[in-house]
Amino acid sequence: MKGLKKTTKVDFATYIGVTIAFIVMYILQSGKHLSNSLSGQLVPICCFIAMAVSLNLVVGISGELSLGHAGFMSVGAFSGVVAGMSLSNVIPSVPVRLAIALIVGALFAAVAGIIVGVPVLRLRGDYLAIVTLAFGQIIKDLINCLIVGYDSRGLHIIFNVSGLKSVTDLHLEEGGKAIIKGAQGAVGVTKMASFPAGYILVMITLIVVLNMVRSSTGRSIMAIRDNRIAAESVGLNITKYKLIAFVTSAALAGAAGALYGLNYGSLVSSRFDFNTSILILVYVVLGGLGNIWGSVIGATVLYILPEMLRSFSNYRMLIYAVVLILVMLLTNNEQFKRWRGSMAEKLGRGKRAEGGV
Amino acid sequence: MSQQKTRMVPVPSQGIIPERDVGSEPILECRRLGIEFGGLKAVDDFNLTVGKTEIAGLIGPNGAGKTTITNLLTKVYQPTHGTILFDGKETSSMNTVQVNRAGIARTFQNIRLFSSLSVEENVKIGLQGHMPYSTLTGILRLPRYWKNEKRMHERALELLSIFDMQDLADHVAGSLPYGAQRRLEIVRALATSPKLLLLDEPAAGMNPSETAELMANIRKIRDTFQIAVLLIEHDMKLVMGICEGIAVLNYGRLIAKGTPEEIQKNPVVIEAYLGKQKEADA
Repeated sequence: MKGLKKTTKVDFATYIGVTIAFIVMYILQSGKHLSNSLSGQLVPICCFIAMAVSLNLVVGISGELSLGHAGFMSVGAFSGVVAGMSLSNVIPSVPVRLAIALIVGALFAAVAGIIVGVPVLRLRGDYLAIVTLAFGQIIKDLINCLIVGYDSRGLHIIFNVSGLKSVTDLHLEEGGKAIIKGAQGAVGVTKMASFPAGYILVMITLIVVLNMVRSSTGRSIMAIRDNRIAAESVGLNITKYKLIAFVTSAALAGAAGALYGLNYGSLVSSRFDFNTSILILVYVVLGGLGNIWGSVIGATVLYILPEMLRSFSNYRMLIYAVVLILVMLLTNNEQFKRWRGSMAEKLGRGKRAEGGV
Repeated sequence: MSQQKTRMVPVPSQGIIPERDVGSEPILECRRLGIEFGGLKAVDDFNLTVGKTEIAGLIGPNGAGKTTITNLLTKVYQPTHGTILFDGKETSSMNTVQVNRAGIARTFQNIRLFSSLSVEENVKIGLQGHMPYSTLTGILRLPRYWKNEKRMHERALELLSIFDMQDLADHVAGSLPYGAQRRLEIVRALATSPKLLLLDEPAAGMNPSETAELMANIRKIRDTFQIAVLLIEHDMKLVMGICEGIAVLNYGRLIAKGTPEEIQKNPVVIEAYLGKQKEADA
């Protein structure tokens, strides 16, 4: 390990940490040692880790504020559900279908990312925050208008703008099935997601983001964040690199969304609202901007915390808020940072990166 | 090495300034360049020619428009009048990125490093235009990634060794001492393989011994890379030592051009820097 760079060590520590956590949880789950509620949270946790890591690519690495990350998750979830369900006759194998659903989800979210990013990322300033905020709302309403079903002839899609149409307007054949029923959302979804699939999603997300950050693309993205004028002066195409970061992030969010969607029997678009976007942003900020393993831990802890606080009933969100404030105060405390730095020196050297990637 | 000999004459502040003879083809030629900011002529009727391996100096008192000219040459500002010919090509349709790719690299008066990246990474960003690989190659770590990263690493250390900074490669750029940050900016600019290096007050904030070392290194860079250097300086003593030709700017207009000796004796230049003799006596 000595010859390796510090960043490489941090990356490997992240991969190993995630793998160990997966193995432990998987053994516990198989042996029925986990409570039902925790066992049910494993896949969503994986999805939200992937969401936080991918959002960190935009907010931390690229330095642009995105307030509509759940919107891309939503695009991925619904397109992934449609792909996963409609292909059930063609491809019987569930893992293959799940993989295709994730790829379809990623592609649709990437297209949405391009549509949002191309006009906005040419501008300087906080326009991305404004536009992604609107995008998250718009996509929710658009999906509420969708009626999708499939039968032996293929996929049928109605865009129900007037609000007058219903599933019967699809004119499905005998044996056909409706997948998305307008505002009711997707119903009767076959649960295809599994914890190992979640682990693979997290690992792919981590590898894509970390390898990108350590390549010339990632360096360019961070250079533009650090100093836009200097980046132009050494020949970096600002819009191109910002767009790469944004679209990659959207695609990864789409894949996470597809897995999330296929983990539940039904799915409504209001689950991916502004609050969800902010929640993911909180994971990223508390985990540390630009700090990838921080996002993994931030998402895990902050996703489990509200579940564990259920016994406090009404005081749950109050305690959650207090914990957030305490973590904020602690991570910005100079003495704590010094203590953490000295501990990192003693332990293993390089398992922790100071201040990010 | 064939140095282009320049014949230059001191010129009065009024009238047409004769173009300097820069030997063979010039790398940079500004013709009647000008820019207005809402009616204010920040630079007006600016003519300058820089030879292919010349170290040229552009000096002038505070607020004379020196940095504005740097920004015009690198297209941070679009000129409102005149033309810039670089390497025989007109740059009017180019933007900052294209100008850099054409071969103009610059440093900044107020240091602009990628402060959260390491010293080596700063240099690699300059290099990667010449050793590119796609984003997908980077994510999948294909052989091309390893090959080009290795080449960039070696080249970065080589360039850093010009200023004896190879040992600082892993340091965070923002944590370097001031002088080292200035030197890193020059290395980063050099990494883009320019034909013309614009140095905007590179000695600002340096002590006399650091300045002397910097000046020696600028000459070394010109000799090694065979490129043109345009040195923009506020303090005219600094440029006298190394520049082959000097142009003096005041209130956005050229007031003199010539060799360092000629500039030092030129009464117009002395007046611009020290004020009129009468006022000085009074």
